[in-house]
Amino acid sequence: MAYSDKVIDHYENPRNVGSFDKNDPSVATGMVGAPACGDVMKLQLKIDDQGVIEDAKFKTYGCGSAIASSSLVTEWVKGKSIEEAQQLSNTEIAEELALPPVKIHCSILAEDAIKAAIEDYKSKKAE
Amino acid sequence: MKLPIYLDYAATTPVDPRVAEEMMKSLTMDGTFGNPASRSHRYGWQAEELVDIARNNIADLVNADPREIVFTSGATESNNLAIKGAANFYSKKGKHVITAKTEHKAVLDTCRELERQGFEVTYLDVLPNGLIDLNVLESAMRDDTVVVSIMHVNNEIGVRQDIEKIGEMCRARKIVFHVDAAQSAGKTPIDLAELKVDLMSFSAHKIYGPKGIGALYVRRKPRIRLEAQMHGGGHERGFRSGTLAVHQIVGMGEAFRIAKEDMDKDRAHIVALRERLWAGIQDIEETYVNGDLEQNVPGIFNVSFNFVEGESLIMALKDMAVSSGSACTSASLEPSYVLRALGLSDELAHSSIRFSIGRFTTEEDIDFVIGQIHNAIDKLREMSPLWEMFKDGVDLNSVQWAAH
Repeated sequence: MAYSDKVIDHYENPRNVGSFDKNDPSVATGMVGAPACGDVMKLQLKIDDQGVIEDAKFKTYGCGSAIASSSLVTEWVKGKSIEEAQQLSNTEIAEELALPPVKIHCSILAEDAIKAAIEDYKSKKAE
Repeated sequence: MKLPIYLDYAATTPVDPRVAEEMMKSLTMDGTFGNPASRSHRYGWQAEELVDIARNNIADLVNADPREIVFTSGATESNNLAIKGAANFYSKKGKHVITAKTEHKAVLDTCRELERQGFEVTYLDVLPNGLIDLNVLESAMRDDTVVVSIMHVNNEIGVRQDIEKIGEMCRARKIVFHVDAAQSAGKTPIDLAELKVDLMSFSAHKIYGPKGIGALYVRRKPRIRLEAQMHGGGHERGFRSGTLAVHQIVGMGEAFRIAKEDMDKDRAHIVALRERLWAGIQDIEETYVNGDLEQNVPGIFNVSFNFVEGESLIMALKDMAVSSGSACTSASLEPSYVLRALGLSDELAHSSIRFSIGRFTTEEDIDFVIGQIHNAIDKLREMSPLWEMFKDGVDLNSVQWAAH
């Protein structure tokens, strides 16, 4: 497999693997993908009262680049406001990890996971 | 210990050193390099003699007449020649062919070509263990069925079909019966004097011979006719033209000779290692064997580790050379069609690994592999949201997934 060193590094030493309590009001959860397609990502963000992401955790079922994309995203979003996190695009992820063209969908999934988590946060706030 | 540990013997095998040594004798000026079709000088005669010896060794392994062995470039070509050759020759009798959904692509794609030529093909479903239900086969047979093609041993799951019974069924109806034996020759006894098999494909590189050479068995009594697919100088009794590759043929002959001599020894060695591997990993939760542990060849061992994705598993098992049941090369990951035909869920099909054990695998290899598998599964399940949900008692089928 012609993966970049960065993908291998994230795969070998994934950052921030784990879970927060999804019922905690400050925790936002985004789960995207489907087992049938071969990848499912769960991204959780811990967001403070100012709307800043204090911490992030992930669990991913998927190929090496799916794991690397989600691991990278947890590093990137930490310390960002939700507005800033929302701006993260799949192309930045794909570029940073030098994903081969057939694996671009993994970076799209990671972007979707951030968006899904923020949606979850907003709906929790609205309640 | 040489890393990565080679456990992909169903894909190909290393050439046995005894085979390589024989092959090297028919290449250079001081060796037997002649063209076996040259009738006018000793170089040709000597080469022809080596080809005859190889042909005898191949026929011996499967209890056939050497005149029934036609050399080809490999099992793919043998399958093409057998299926298209027989279907075309007997097309006046009918244009219906039967095969199974779990066949090798060399059979399935050849059948697709026949469909383009106007034939009708029935692709049989298989039972959950991969075996063909003979009642289903019987009801698929029609008056216009001319060829039935069923593999002896499946390349992904190792299950062994009952070609004895299928042969009886075909013979009673005068249907030509072709068997792809690429994965079974040399691993399980084959007696073509007893079996009602009309055509059988062989490959050299699956049993420690060289790549690029194979053979097709073509029965003489009752005589089976074929339309040649390769035209030219009329070699191999007109079935397959092209100068015979003497060194390849010598290699195949020697590999088949050794396979016959060592079959019991090889088998006992492989059975012991397969049992050792299974004993070492069956305590991993949610682990399933695909295929049938009884009616199989022991060298092919296919296991699904639920809630772990195949490609990441292959990455985690980087110190061993194994095959995965899924090929994640496109936006939509494609699980193995063989495993899907057994009725496996996408998740289980994605999480399968084929370990194939061979003559040169050692106990030390297997013990190392067992440890690596435990580490890999622990690591990936720790990271898997599906495993977490399973442990929380969530029924994954009840979840609304967003397909992408």
